[in-house]
Amino acid sequence: MMRSSQPLTGTNGRRCKEDEKLINATLRPGKRGYIIDTRSLNVAQQARAKGGGFEQEAHYPQWRRIHKCIERFNILQESLIKLVEACNDQSHNMDRWLSKLEASNWLTHIKEILTAACLAAQCIDREGASVLVHGTEGTDSTLQVTSLAQIILDPRCRTIRGFESLVVREWLQAGHPFQQRCAQSAYSNSKQKWEAPVFLLFLDCVWQILRQFPCSFEFNEQFLIMLFEHAYASQFGTFLGNNENERSKLKLLQKTMSLWSWVNRSEELSKFQNPLFEANSLVIWPSVAPQSLQLWEGVFLRWNRPSKFLDEAHEEMISIIKYN
Amino acid sequence: MAGPARTGAEHPRCRGSVAAAGEVEPASDLPASKRGTREENQFPLLIYRNESVFKSRPSKTESRCGGRATPRRPRAAAEELGPAPPPWSTSGCPRWVPQRGQRGRAGPGQAGGERMLGARHLSPRLLLQRKGGFHRSPAACCVKVDSIHFYFLSIQVRATHLTAKLVLSGSVENVRLLDRLSSRKASLGTLYLTATHVIFVENGSETRKETWVLHSQISSIEKQATTATGCPLLIRCKNFQVIQLVIPQERDCHDVYISLIRLTRPVKYEELYCFSFNPKLDKEEREQGWKLLDLNEEYNRMGVPNNYWQISDVNRDYGVCDSYPTEVYVPKSATAHIIVGSSKFRSRRRFPALSYYCKDNNASICRSSQPLSGFSARCLEDEQMLQAIRKANPGSDFLYVVDTRPKLNAMANRAAGKGYENEDNYSNIKFQFIGIENIHVMRNSLQKMLEVCELKSPSMSDFLWGLENSGWLKHIKAIMDAGIFIAKAVAEEGVSVLVHCSDGWDRTAQVCSVASLLLDSYYRTMKGFMVLIEKDWVSFGHKFNHRYGNLDGDPKEISPVIDQFIECVWQLMEQFPCAFEFNERFLIHVQHHIYSCQFGNFLCNSQKERRELKIQERTYSLWAHLWKNRADYLNPLYRSDHSQTQGTLHPRMAPCNFLYKFWSGMYNRFEKGLHPRQSVTDYLMAVKEETQQLEEELEVLGERLANLQKSQLNDNKVKGKQQDPSKHLGLSTSNNSLANTPQEYSNDLKSFPSRSPSQGDEEDSALILTQDNLKSSDPDLSANSDQESGVEDLSCRSPSGGGCLPSEDSGKDSDEAVFLAV
Repeated sequence: MMRSSQPLTGTNGRRCKEDEKLINATLRPGKRGYIIDTRSLNVAQQARAKGGGFEQEAHYPQWRRIHKCIERFNILQESLIKLVEACNDQSHNMDRWLSKLEASNWLTHIKEILTAACLAAQCIDREGASVLVHGTEGTDSTLQVTSLAQIILDPRCRTIRGFESLVVREWLQAGHPFQQRCAQSAYSNSKQKWEAPVFLLFLDCVWQILRQFPCSFEFNEQFLIMLFEHAYASQFGTFLGNNENERSKLKLLQKTMSLWSWVNRSEELSKFQNPLFEANSLVIWPSVAPQSLQLWEGVFLRWNRPSKFLDEAHEEMISIIKYN
Repeated sequence: MAGPARTGAEHPRCRGSVAAAGEVEPASDLPASKRGTREENQFPLLIYRNESVFKSRPSKTESRCGGRATPRRPRAAAEELGPAPPPWSTSGCPRWVPQRGQRGRAGPGQAGGERMLGARHLSPRLLLQRKGGFHRSPAACCVKVDSIHFYFLSIQVRATHLTAKLVLSGSVENVRLLDRLSSRKASLGTLYLTATHVIFVENGSETRKETWVLHSQISSIEKQATTATGCPLLIRCKNFQVIQLVIPQERDCHDVYISLIRLTRPVKYEELYCFSFNPKLDKEEREQGWKLLDLNEEYNRMGVPNNYWQISDVNRDYGVCDSYPTEVYVPKSATAHIIVGSSKFRSRRRFPALSYYCKDNNASICRSSQPLSGFSARCLEDEQMLQAIRKANPGSDFLYVVDTRPKLNAMANRAAGKGYENEDNYSNIKFQFIGIENIHVMRNSLQKMLEVCELKSPSMSDFLWGLENSGWLKHIKAIMDAGIFIAKAVAEEGVSVLVHCSDGWDRTAQVCSVASLLLDSYYRTMKGFMVLIEKDWVSFGHKFNHRYGNLDGDPKEISPVIDQFIECVWQLMEQFPCAFEFNERFLIHVQHHIYSCQFGNFLCNSQKERRELKIQERTYSLWAHLWKNRADYLNPLYRSDHSQTQGTLHPRMAPCNFLYKFWSGMYNRFEKGLHPRQSVTDYLMAVKEETQQLEEELEVLGERLANLQKSQLNDNKVKGKQQDPSKHLGLSTSNNSLANTPQEYSNDLKSFPSRSPSQGDEEDSALILTQDNLKSSDPDLSANSDQESGVEDLSCRSPSGGGCLPSEDSGKDSDEAVFLAV
């Protein structure tokens, strides 16, 4: 599985032999590959006007292009704002809650992202085909798809260390602009142009898979919530800056502590461990049907639902397993 | 024994795995592309490599055939699959038939193991004479016995009105069973019609999946327009299963359709399955089963009769109210005259009677039907009756009267001479409306919600919009809120409550039982829950027959009243995970059997009718059946000394709409692909069981040690006792019996390893279903047509060498279809 940004084909259909060669080099003899474009065909075509575009079939004969529509930042941000508003709505009416949840489209985005990730994973696992994922810039939806596909395919990504390295590799090193995306979250008054809950959506998708495979992850919900919090505001330097380049310019390595060094201490780690974990070497295929996707209460209803009983249940669960 | 594998930090694989997951190629290697066309220099980067694809072929098949996680199955449950698959896996498929265990391995020799399915009387005209796909003659069936060695083919049906035994079985071959979520996936097989079940058996030598559907579960049959492939038949079941068949010949389809229409609409109780169902228990066991629950005992447990309440025999021969039980608790001060007087002023003579009594503060929940007040009518006795109820609770100076209907409905009833209590006529009552809609609204609401569930690959907004539009969760919340209100009045204010709706047998039953459940932790235990249903629903004349359409009747009478109560319990379980002794599976099985008519508990509309039919002498009790299998229904998080299990539950009432969730475990129960693939409950049960086994082993070893010491040293028992502190309290009783002989011990030892299939030296390998385990257990699981967990289901449906797409993942499948269309 590879990721990239869009090819700069432009309106006149430029091509680049080296690019074709490069991606063809990943194909096994006689096999076709898949290019998953995280934009819809329309959007991709529009991008051509700005010099972007998508791979022409004629130039990439061994690749099959699939368009999967994952929304981009401003739409996601609006969705988050609506969702948080719905969750804080104190009205007594069930209809209003459901229609607000629906209007936020948050779960729709979750479904889209998971679907694209499953598709990528499916191409790799079931057909043994190479997959190239890209959107426009390859720093947002692309990363969601590639990192989720790895979680589905690779058991190592479902361990705490493995997940940490996945975040480092697929988000930090891949240049997801955390500073731009995670600036204000849902309550910002001024609309930030680059703000988008891309990483939160990713974490939410991981939670959805975790919910469907409660025994296959070494970490628990708290771990994901912790990452969500630190992505927005942190005493650690890990999520600062927009890319590796900026981080090294800021000398964050020298000036700040790494989140991972703190998390990986055993006393912190114990909070994030899933008591049910049992190494599962198989591919886990989540269901993306609407019935299977739920609102992530741990994040969105964290402050307005009584969690006492759920916590008690969790403790009980731990004590049962500990006792064993 | 948790072992290092489970504490992930120590796991060898977790160390230094950063580079291992994917090889990041250094950027400098790829100058051409960098120069080239990629925006922002995001050149293609290899980030994940499927090693199994790149390196070795064998490992690919591994990842293919096991493309799903394997939940740790409780050993007992896996074993239990042998003798009897759980009813929900195959709908009507009964877990009571002992022979089923051998089904998978049944060779021709075993075909002789006839199954007495039992039957109702079938009119002879149903026997089709035509030779063709739809066989009905015994000969036709016998031919098949050879070709398909299924013992149930030699079904012997005992028609109730005929002494002769008839083989009554219609069958159609080459029927396709469509998967509801993906049209590309269909299984070819044979459809059998027996007197009690519709059975679909897949073709194929290894994975003979069977689908059994009881006739009484079928709610509608729809014949759709014939297509090129055949004639589709859509069967919708009351337990929310939807079966889509395609029958090659239109004639056959019509025959099946006509036969099913007749078979699923019995007109007499005697035709129902429970009268022929025979779980091979003797008479004594059956009587024992019916005695499992005793309502008198239950009232005693509540603390009545006492100074304020007594049993009234006024309804001895159902003389006052024929839908009430014979024994009713009423206030001591209410004389027979008052009761009879009050009953005449109440709809269907359902006078106020005790439903729940709180002995801590004397507050009570009573139930009745609406008063026949019209616009101005009064009844002195009825007023006295309410007065008596209020006085039976000396701690409070007023009584809540809760009308569970919307005010508008209650007002409309006044025009028909019914209505509600006028606060001016009754002294010291506080009147309250709680707007729960009527059965017709609820029926339509469920219908709408099921339509949403049935959508093929709906979008998220389709689903949420449909869910909202159905109003189902709103209705559930209304019932819960009513229950919470009453529980609060009783527990916190110490005020007695009289609940009624129109006739006092639908909404009243829902609300009373939700309130009781919140108030009394006993009802949150398994037995308590059975008692609760027995008390508030069965004994007080909830019209099971009409509401759940057991006999052919008015479709307008059908409504998911108890389904809603069961869902309320589930919603509570989600909010209070430790508070209930039973688990979701228990609720689902109760729901299933309310419709199945396999047991006599829920037959008829009232106690009177059940007595007349001599239900207890002629049928079996569901509760005994569930109680026998209670190990399957336990909630591992339940502990009787846990704080959540004590006292009253206080669910949040106000703006907690989000607490009410769609119950896919119930309404999409047969779409296994939609559910979590690993069950926390099963995992925890397995852990618990393992713990118990280890404890037993410890105990055995301790005893052995003690015995050895006793015989060798002949002086102390100290060593044996040293083992004690680590043992569980529950086991200490048997622990004391030092009289355990070595013989017993060896028995224990024998039975111990036999429980773990992998002859476990390491417990882990026994519990984690690894690839090998999966494969080896394949035949058994598939033979049992178990759908309980996605894994086994997968393993039997998609052979390891099979197609290149994860066809078992229906959700994704549909997306795949979308992707192909693009």
